[in-house]
Amino acid sequence: MRKPAWHKNHLVNTTTPGANSAIFPISTPEKREITTKPRFSDKVFRGVATVGGLSSLVILGLILIFLGYQGFQVLRSEGFGFITGSNWQVMQDNAGNTDLSASSFGIAAMLVGTLLCAALAVLIAVPISVLCALYLTFYAPQFLKKIMVAIIDLMAAFPSILFGMWGFFILMPHVEYWAKLIHKYFGWFPLFKMDVPVFTRSPFVAGVVLAIMIIPIITSVSREIFSQTPLDRVQAAYALGATRWSMIRAVVIPYGKSGVVGGAMLGLGRAMGETVAVYTVLNLVYQINWQVLIGAGGNVASMILLKFGEAGPTETRALMAAGLVLFLLTLLVNSIANTIVSRTGGKGR
Amino acid sequence: MSTPTISKVKPTQPWKRTPKQQLLIAVNLVGAAVISFVVVFATAMKGKLAYLAIFFISVIVINFVENYIKRGMAAAKDSIATSFATAGLIVAVVPIFSILFTIFDRGRAGLNFNLFVQDMKSNGPNDPLGQGGLLHALIGSGIMVGIALLISLPIGILTAIYLTEIKGIYSRPIKFLVQAMSGVPSIVAGLFILSAIVFPITKSSSGFMGGLALAILMIPTIARTSEEVLLLIPNDLREAGVALGGTQWRTISLIVVPAAKSGLITATILGLARVAGETAPLILVSGGGDSVNPNPFHAPMGSLPFYIWKGFTYGTTESIARSWAGIFVLLSIIFLLFIAARTLSGSGDKK
Repeated sequence: MRKPAWHKNHLVNTTTPGANSAIFPISTPEKREITTKPRFSDKVFRGVATVGGLSSLVILGLILIFLGYQGFQVLRSEGFGFITGSNWQVMQDNAGNTDLSASSFGIAAMLVGTLLCAALAVLIAVPISVLCALYLTFYAPQFLKKIMVAIIDLMAAFPSILFGMWGFFILMPHVEYWAKLIHKYFGWFPLFKMDVPVFTRSPFVAGVVLAIMIIPIITSVSREIFSQTPLDRVQAAYALGATRWSMIRAVVIPYGKSGVVGGAMLGLGRAMGETVAVYTVLNLVYQINWQVLIGAGGNVASMILLKFGEAGPTETRALMAAGLVLFLLTLLVNSIANTIVSRTGGKGR
Repeated sequence: MSTPTISKVKPTQPWKRTPKQQLLIAVNLVGAAVISFVVVFATAMKGKLAYLAIFFISVIVINFVENYIKRGMAAAKDSIATSFATAGLIVAVVPIFSILFTIFDRGRAGLNFNLFVQDMKSNGPNDPLGQGGLLHALIGSGIMVGIALLISLPIGILTAIYLTEIKGIYSRPIKFLVQAMSGVPSIVAGLFILSAIVFPITKSSSGFMGGLALAILMIPTIARTSEEVLLLIPNDLREAGVALGGTQWRTISLIVVPAAKSGLITATILGLARVAGETAPLILVSGGGDSVNPNPFHAPMGSLPFYIWKGFTYGTTESIARSWAGIFVLLSIIFLLFIAARTLSGSGDKK
C-alpha cells in the first residue's frame, strides 16, 4: 500500500535518514475491551449530574425543614388555631419579652383572603386567556401570531412590582368604578354585598391585578395544549363541513379541557404566592371578609412583608410559620396543576 | 381543430378576503360605532365602558345577522365565536400596552445623566429629581444577580443533563420537583434564606443573601428551559459520539452541550430576566443600602427593585417619580435580555 505523500515528507523532515523503522515502529492501536460497564470518568460525571439533579429535592426539603424549625415554637403553642384563628396580637410580659402564651397568632383571615383574591383572579383570567389562546392558535394570521406570542411571553417576565405600581396608579381608579357598577346592579348577590361603601384597595382590585398577571401564564399553557390537538381530528371535522367554531367545540375543547384546568391551577398557584403586587393594592384587615368589593382583605404573603419590618423575634417566628403554610399550599396547588398538564400533553395520537 | 387552445389558469387565493368583503367588514365596524354613539347618547348610560360594551354587542349582532342571512345558523354561531376570540386577545393585550405606555410616560421625567453616576448616599428621596441616582442599585442588582447566576447555572444545567442524558431512576421525581420548585413563592425563598442562614449564622443582611434567595428562584427556570433545549438535540449526535468511541462524559461535554450552546445561553438569559425584577425576597434579606457597596458579604446592599420599592413606599411626588424612572431602567434591562434571548434562540433554529 502506498503511503500518502504527506506522510513521507513528514518522516523526511523530522527524523534522521535511515533510522525510520527502528525508532518509529508502526504502531497499531491497542485492542480495547468492549464492555457496557461505565468508565471511571462516566461514573464521576453521572455522580455529579445526579447530585446536581437532586439539588431541587434538597432545596425544597431544606425550605420545609428550616421554616418548620423556626416556626415550630409558634405552631406548637397555637396548634390548629394558627390556621383557624384570625387574631394576630403580640403581647409582651413585664420584662419586655414576647409572651407566647398570651399572644395569639392566627392566619385564617389571611388564608381566606389569599384564596379569595386568587380565585377571583383565576375566574377573571381563564375566559380571557382561553379565548386569547384560541384566537392565537386558530384565528390569527401568522405574522400577528408571532408578534402576539412574543409580547405575551414578555409580559410573563414583567416584574411584580411593576404590576403593583401600575395597578395602584392606573388601574385602581378604573376598577373602583367597575366595582361601583357591580355593586349598583348586582348588589343583591351575597359576594357583592357591602355594609360600608369603601371601594378602595379591595380584594376585587387585587383580584383584577392578579388576573392581569396570570393571563400570560394561562394563555401560554392553553396555547401549547391547543396546538397539540391532533391534526387529523381537526381536518376530519373540517372535512365533515364544520365551521371553525363547531370544530373547536367538537375537537379542541374536549381535547384541551384538562390542560386548561391545569394551566388555570398554575395561575392559581402563582396568584396565591404573589407578594408585592398585592401589597400595593390591598388593604390588609385581620377579619375574615367574603365581600370582595369592600376595601378590606387578607393575603398571607403581603402580611409577611407588612409585619416583617417591625416584628420582634417571636413574631418573626410566627411569620416563618405563616410562610410554611403558604409554601405547602402553593406546593400542593402546583403539584396538582403540573400533574394535570403533563398528563394532557402526552395524550395526543 | 387539432390545435387545442391552452388556457392558463391564473392562481387565485380563495381564502383571502376580497375587497368587497373587506369593505363590508369596515362598514360593519363603522356601523357598530355609530350605533354605540347613538345608544349612549339616547339612554342614561355613560362612560367609556358603555361605549365599549355597546360597540361589542352591536358588532356581534351585525355579524350574526349578516352571516345568518348569507350562510345560515352554523356560520352565524361561528361569527359570534370569532368576535369573542378577537375580544379575548384585545383584552389580554390592552394591559401590556397600557403598562408600557405608563412607564414611558412617567419614567421619562426622572431620567437624567446623574441617575447613572450617583447614588442616594447624600440625597433623600424628597430631593429634586436631578440629584442622586441609582448607581448603587444598578451595581447591587448586578452583583446579586451575578451571584445567583454563578450558583444556579451549574445546578440548573446539571439538572437538565440528568433529566435528558442520564435518565436515571430519579428522573421522574426530579422533574416533578423542579416543576414544583418553579412555583415556590418568591417571599418563601426570602424567608428560607432568612431562617436558614441570616438568623442562625450571619445575623445581618447582605448582598450575598439576596443572591442566594434569587438563585432558588432561578434554578427551576434554567433547569426547565435547558431541559427543553437538550431534548431538541437530535439523538443521532449522541449516537455518533458514542460510536466514535467517546465515553458518555466526552460525548455530552464535547458534542451535546456545544450543540445546544445558544439554547442554553437563552435559558440563562430567561433566568436572569425572571429574577432581575424580584422584589419581595430582596426586601427581606438584602437590607437595601443607599450607597454604593461592592462587597456582597458585608453591609446591606441596594438593588433596583428595592430602589423602586423604597420610592413607592415613601410616597411623595419626587420619590414616586424616582420609582418610575427606576422601573423604566429595570424594564429596559429586562427588555434587552429578552431580545437577546429571542435573537439567540432564533439564530440557533436556523442552523
